[in-house]
Amino acid sequence: MIWRRPFPWLIALATALFVLLPLWRGSVQLRESLLLAAVYITLASNLNLMIGYAGYVNFGNIVFFGLGGYFCVYLVNDWNWNLVLSALAAGIIVSALAFLFGLGILRLRGAFFALATIGVNEAIKQFVTNFEPWGGATGIYLSLEAYAPLGGPRQALWIVYFMLVAVMALSLVASYAIKNSKLGLGLLAIGENEDAAAILGVPTPRYKAIVYSVSAFLPAVAGGLYFFKSGIIEPGGAFDLTLSIEAIVMVMLGGHGTIMGPALGALLYEEMRGTLLTIPTFSHFQLVIAGLLLLVIVLFAPGGLMGFIHRHWPASRKFFE
Amino acid sequence: MSALLELSHVSKRFGGLAAVEDLSFAVREGEILGLIGPNGAGKSTVFNLVNGVYAPDRGSIVFAGGEIGGKLPYEVARLGLARAHQIVQPLAGMSVLDNCTVGACFGRENLSLAEGREAVREVAELIGLSGRLDELASQLTTAGKKRLELARALSARPRLLLLDEVLAGLNPTEIGRMIEVIRKIREQGVTILIIEHVMRAIMSLSDRIVVLNSGKKLAEGAPAEVADNPEVIAAYLGDPGHAGH
Amino acid sequence: MREPLLTVEALEAGYDEVQVLWGVSLRVKRGGVTTLLGANGAGKTTTLRAITGAIRPRAGRVIFRGEDVTFLPPHRKTARGLVLVPEGRQLFGEMSVEENLEMGAFSARGRKALAQNLDRVFALFPRLADRRGQKAGTFSGGEQQMLAIARGLMSDPEILVIDELSLGLAPVVVQQLVAALDALKAAGMTILLVEQNVHLALAFSDYAYVIAEGRPFMQGAAQEIAGRPEIREAYLGL
Repeated sequence: MIWRRPFPWLIALATALFVLLPLWRGSVQLRESLLLAAVYITLASNLNLMIGYAGYVNFGNIVFFGLGGYFCVYLVNDWNWNLVLSALAAGIIVSALAFLFGLGILRLRGAFFALATIGVNEAIKQFVTNFEPWGGATGIYLSLEAYAPLGGPRQALWIVYFMLVAVMALSLVASYAIKNSKLGLGLLAIGENEDAAAILGVPTPRYKAIVYSVSAFLPAVAGGLYFFKSGIIEPGGAFDLTLSIEAIVMVMLGGHGTIMGPALGALLYEEMRGTLLTIPTFSHFQLVIAGLLLLVIVLFAPGGLMGFIHRHWPASRKFFE
Repeated sequence: MSALLELSHVSKRFGGLAAVEDLSFAVREGEILGLIGPNGAGKSTVFNLVNGVYAPDRGSIVFAGGEIGGKLPYEVARLGLARAHQIVQPLAGMSVLDNCTVGACFGRENLSLAEGREAVREVAELIGLSGRLDELASQLTTAGKKRLELARALSARPRLLLLDEVLAGLNPTEIGRMIEVIRKIREQGVTILIIEHVMRAIMSLSDRIVVLNSGKKLAEGAPAEVADNPEVIAAYLGDPGHAGH
Repeated sequence: MREPLLTVEALEAGYDEVQVLWGVSLRVKRGGVTTLLGANGAGKTTTLRAITGAIRPRAGRVIFRGEDVTFLPPHRKTARGLVLVPEGRQLFGEMSVEENLEMGAFSARGRKALAQNLDRVFALFPRLADRRGQKAGTFSGGEQQMLAIARGLMSDPEILVIDELSLGLAPVVVQQLVAALDALKAAGMTILLVEQNVHLALAFSDYAYVIAEGRPFMQGAAQEIAGRPEIREAYLGL
């Protein structure tokens, strides 16, 4: 029954491609490229739950990724936990924290909320920079032994890659499941008109805190896996506001509120960024370009790529979301 | 017939202005109670107090036996109280079906998504929106949006429905149709509290009328009684004493 | 019969998607006071706004001094002598009485007769003369209404259209305003008035139109209308 709709097939297909392509080509470079894409897709899809469904723009979304990275790496390095447990624990802790923080900052709306999320990111970054158990400003360097349980560094990198692909797939599945659930309906109503939604009975404070917390889980897990693979985590790279903003660009570029939109946006943006970075002049202006792109999208094509497709091919609304 | 909603000595001020002062009245189960009064009399404030947009400064508001004064809008909705607004607020990017499903799922009965959709189909029949369920709310005409507002409120299967100037801006034919729909809603057992400026309509629909003036209750009774009341007439037509020419 | 100064035919108007007027007609004779009555939401203010150009009519005509002015913008109507004293006064609160009055004389027509009209206005409302340097925002409701009417007069009108004379004002103040308007009427000014207080309006006017739900309900000589019980129906629906 669920397999009658196109989504599950698209997600399965995408996952299969991600898994099989680098294996078949035996290319580490391809794998690295796809790994980055999987991370971006994870970030964008989960961010979309806030931006596209509930209508709250989480500018500081990268804090989940970074904090998840720190918790996971710390648990593996200092407590010798295995990777899967550490990553899951990181996810749970970060989403619990998000729920608590969320109850507070979600009382703010619009631009005030957006600014508050940046504040949260910067505050956590400052805190971590001064937190000795996590290496302060230098961060944590993962010892090579950490990779031993996974069969050594080379194999570990492949295993982590597949885990990240699984996280990406889960993110897409979650987007789909939520959108078609009662929670999703309530969130979309909040995104359309929060006051009207409240009057209709949608328990807005609770729902907003739930989606904020849910949108933190998989990015935190992904962060855990990503920084484990990188072998090092430090505050600047973990709480990189540029990547946070680029995640927003990906969501808007692809089409906020849709399921495939953020994924397409992530892929497109990664391509664009990759190309631009090879041109010396542009590599320094990454954030400027991201900002300009966002401005153009919001002003002229707020529906993004999916919006464009839906407008020019209305039938597609039914099956391509 | 017991009181489904009872306001006792309710007051609300905004800055120095008393929008509602020491107001008490009850809405009996199954009746249509009309709330009238000149502009600025406090009628909208009463609605806002009842459905949780404002909290009363003083007094109590009891609905179905429980105090609701100060409760938040979504809590009040959960108890079985729904409102159709004067300035319609459709969830523009969502379909008519989805708009109403929100009402159905988050109302008193706390239905699941599938149950909610079923409940909506019935309501859509009653209101006359069956053919339009898949249309985007933003694409409806004014009259259509007003019906959506009503359908959405009704989808929650409320015990009490607040109708806030739902006839404003409609032409006479549309008004006639809406009046029929409101009667049908009452026949289904929903209690109705209605504010309206289309006086003909509210006087003919209501079982009883409460007249407000400057935040206070001026009169209460059957429509004909109230229309004969010289104080009520003076409130609308102006005090003959002021003319003194 | 002398040609009416202002004729409104089958006027239809509204705001965005909501239509408020469904065909209102009236004629205002030169030198008389005509009043437009009706319940809240009936469309009285909308009628005045459509006549004076603040909103654009959807259908119907407005003919002033024999000329079709239906779609002219407000400032052009003012320039021709069709002047509105808007609901709620809408004065320039931070400006003095004198400055507000000068603003009223902004059009060429107004500027030509500035000195003359200033004298006329101060004679009519001595209170304003006493306080000509005071900021408009510091005045009481009644004084503000005087200033609003005075400002309207500075445009050198042929017809003064007043939207809600007595709203929010104490009876004593309203009496003073009516006395001033009587004086204007005696001097030959044509007035179209929208007024909440039916009794007040009918006592002061020559002719009355009653509208309900955006449509004509009743019309006639003010004295006649005052006696009719149907008026209650227009306001109370019963």
